[in-house]
Amino acid sequence: MSEMQGTTGLVLNEPLLWEKGRKGREGFSLPVRDVDPAPLPEDFVVEGPDLPDLSEVDVVRHYTRLSQWNFGVDTGMYPLGSCTMKYNPKLHEVMAGLAGFAGAHPMLPEPLCQGALELMYELQTALAEITGLDAVTLQPAAGAQGELTGMLLIHAYHESRDSKRTKIIVPDTAHGTNPASAALCGYRPVPVASGEEGVLSAETVDRIMDEETAGIMITNPNTLGLFEENVREIAEAVHAKGGLVYGDGANMNAVMGIVDMGRIGVDVLHLNLHKTFSTPHGGGGPGSGPVCVSRALEPFLPIPRIQKLGDRYGLAEDFPQSVGRLQAFYGNFGVMIKAYAYIRSMGAADLKKASRLAVLNANYIKERLKGVYHLPYDRPCMHECVFTDKHLKASKLTTLDVAKRLMDYGFHPPTIYFPLVVQGALMVEPTETESMDEVDRFIDAMHAIAREAEERPDLLLNAPTHCRLRRLDETTAARRPCLKG
Amino acid sequence: MRYLPHTPEDIEAMLETVGVESLDDLFSTVPEACRRRSLMKLPSPLTEWELSAHLSSMAQENAAFPACLSFVGAGSYEHHIPATVEAMLRRSEFYTAYTPYQPEMTQGTLQAIYEYQTLVTRLLGLDVANASLYDGASALAEALLMAIRVTRRPRVAVSRAVHPHHRQVVRTYLAPAGYELVELPFQENGTTDLSSMGSGQDLAAVAVQSPNFFGCIEDLGAVADRVHDCGALLVSSFTEPLAFGLLPSPGSRGADIACGEGQSLGIPQSFGGPLLGVFATRDKYVRSIPGRLVGKTVDAEGRQGFVLTLATREQHIRREKATSNICTNNSLCALAAAVYLASLGGRGIRDLARLNYDKAGYLKSRLSDAGFEMAFDAPTFNEFVVKTPAGFENTHARLADGRIVAGVPLAPWYPELENRYLFCVTETKTRDAMDRLVEEMTS
Repeated sequence: MSEMQGTTGLVLNEPLLWEKGRKGREGFSLPVRDVDPAPLPEDFVVEGPDLPDLSEVDVVRHYTRLSQWNFGVDTGMYPLGSCTMKYNPKLHEVMAGLAGFAGAHPMLPEPLCQGALELMYELQTALAEITGLDAVTLQPAAGAQGELTGMLLIHAYHESRDSKRTKIIVPDTAHGTNPASAALCGYRPVPVASGEEGVLSAETVDRIMDEETAGIMITNPNTLGLFEENVREIAEAVHAKGGLVYGDGANMNAVMGIVDMGRIGVDVLHLNLHKTFSTPHGGGGPGSGPVCVSRALEPFLPIPRIQKLGDRYGLAEDFPQSVGRLQAFYGNFGVMIKAYAYIRSMGAADLKKASRLAVLNANYIKERLKGVYHLPYDRPCMHECVFTDKHLKASKLTTLDVAKRLMDYGFHPPTIYFPLVVQGALMVEPTETESMDEVDRFIDAMHAIAREAEERPDLLLNAPTHCRLRRLDETTAARRPCLKG
Repeated sequence: MRYLPHTPEDIEAMLETVGVESLDDLFSTVPEACRRRSLMKLPSPLTEWELSAHLSSMAQENAAFPACLSFVGAGSYEHHIPATVEAMLRRSEFYTAYTPYQPEMTQGTLQAIYEYQTLVTRLLGLDVANASLYDGASALAEALLMAIRVTRRPRVAVSRAVHPHHRQVVRTYLAPAGYELVELPFQENGTTDLSSMGSGQDLAAVAVQSPNFFGCIEDLGAVADRVHDCGALLVSSFTEPLAFGLLPSPGSRGADIACGEGQSLGIPQSFGGPLLGVFATRDKYVRSIPGRLVGKTVDAEGRQGFVLTLATREQHIRREKATSNICTNNSLCALAAAVYLASLGGRGIRDLARLNYDKAGYLKSRLSDAGFEMAFDAPTFNEFVVKTPAGFENTHARLADGRIVAGVPLAPWYPELENRYLFCVTETKTRDAMDRLVEEMTS
């Protein structure tokens, strides 16, 4: 391997915000006072909140230094499985900041917000086409709220048919949010194990599916990165008993232009615009979790809905069967702008190519690492591949040690200890925006770490050593929480 | 395509390593019956320059400050945002990172969110704040669900003077699990009427908003006494947190949970999202809080650092028994709020809140002078309800043609408030602009 990417540079220390504050400093340009003070009721007169006073320079240096303690996609490869950390185009940030978008009030009269409504309408149309489903709501703020919306739609559908259902099937390869979202609708999750090949069998699902079960929540490709090849038969088994199929579309990046979600029997599917459609993850949001549905579920979609009448766009609320409202307004419009921009700059051919290259990168990593790290399912994978720490057991090292050592090499670690169906999982999702060179560097680092595990295990146990801080004491943090200063 | 770095030679070499002939062969595990039968029908791809022109022309179809003179708040507020906020948010180490699962590589996000949590507790007068929720509406729903868990009571009461959209979201979250929601009416002065609460023995929580949807300031202290008497929690929500630069904090008046919309704190209106769900409560409820929490700790060498903590409350560990299903929250919006509050400081937030109050007071008195009556007489902050003569919708539409938005009509949500319009004035409105509005409304 050539030069190691990870190194140390001059990183500045920075105190907490309030340790920098000095009375008499100001960081805000107060508009000119052109009116007289209005009389204040007596009980208003309290001391203002205790916020530190800083100058503009103080504020800018503070956050610039903090930013330098972070690692993002723009810094380097971020193969966090299931999160699709692809490149976030810079133009999109500028576009979302245009005054006509960023400054638009959500309750403007319709003639004054035609541009925003048009963009949302066109994005809905594109997402319906990409998934192969019939109708879309953009309202959910993130994947988990999309899941909740999906569950609400299924709940409303069954209720409209006077069908009381109390359970929902959730495979062991599902995302952690799935059971929590189902529980909000009063559904009891019924776990189902994937088979030896890492995928579900239709027989297993058929055996537990009954008329008290609302449906199944199925992630496809699943969290092992495998395509659920029996999905059509599974959907048939669920439909036969009057249930519905919820598709967790968090992994849509593997199959754009390839799989038709409608054709495989998915009734409702959420997407993560912050995964598949390149909008930035923001250090933990904002995301956006649109939900796409088949025609049968359309009457239940959240309100308001966007409509096109002639060449004018409007908002409509008159849908008596709707599950109601999920967001104060229409969802994360600022995120939708970026997803729309992505779809318009890629077009159909390059979206499909993106999926193909994402799958190529993952399979390439799988092939080149499978002799070195234990690969529990040696089958063609989709956009991610999952290894375990089985080979490290002899040296008493774990997945966590590999993850921490990767930081020293200049890579963000993969998702670790998820999915739960394998022990000590290392879930690698390179995405299509990493070049072969970068992927090779990652593979070389993983090889080097495997060698170190045998020869110099201390390097892993003590890692990271190149980050600003060494390993953090998470146990004490949870035992004696200190959540504010 | 500039986002796809693979050369044809790279693709060849990688396919060879994988052991397949073509990119299509990578999908051998996808059954034929699951595949698309046709190409996706999407518009042809645009260059960077075409896309920029296309989106710019769409953006121009929307009315926005300063070309549009809007006197609308109603849960989304037009405030000046210092350029520093956007400059810091565009640090791509912040915005291209994800949830700080690996603390050694994300200390920047973690310290910033720890500081955000601290600033929120100081603003709201409570002990502990989470790292953010989606928006004020879902924050209110999560607060009520938390109260139901904490008190083990199945009913909640929500004031009708809470933002109508927030009440709709609460209904969406609570109904399927069978929790009961009762609405409390408002009094003639525009604040909540608690007399219909009854004994309240089975109530988990009472939720009021202050300043409420009509802009009126609730007497939180009195509400807290009444609510605590029946063993319920007081959930105090808000849509305009800038008010706490001038008003007593909800915590100091007895709120058990304060939650609401943080968009006012440096986040663009952006046609209603992304927003910021702010959530704070008392220490004794810390293990029932929904959402992420950042805590202080030390590293292996004893240096101060920060981590996500108390994760056993969360969905990825507790699965269906989690305190919330939330995973991705609105972290970057929380960062914006922190940069904004840091820029304002203690003096700035007080001065700015006062300026909002005084400017709203100016428009109120100008409208009164012009013959418009105020609908409610409770004190207000930067929003208030005006009675308008019958047929005012024509005036409203005429002004909108000239890109002046003279408030929002309340009748769609409150049929009994026909011809009442909700107005908002922030620091972005000059005296001249307000004079112009009054002139246009009366001409």
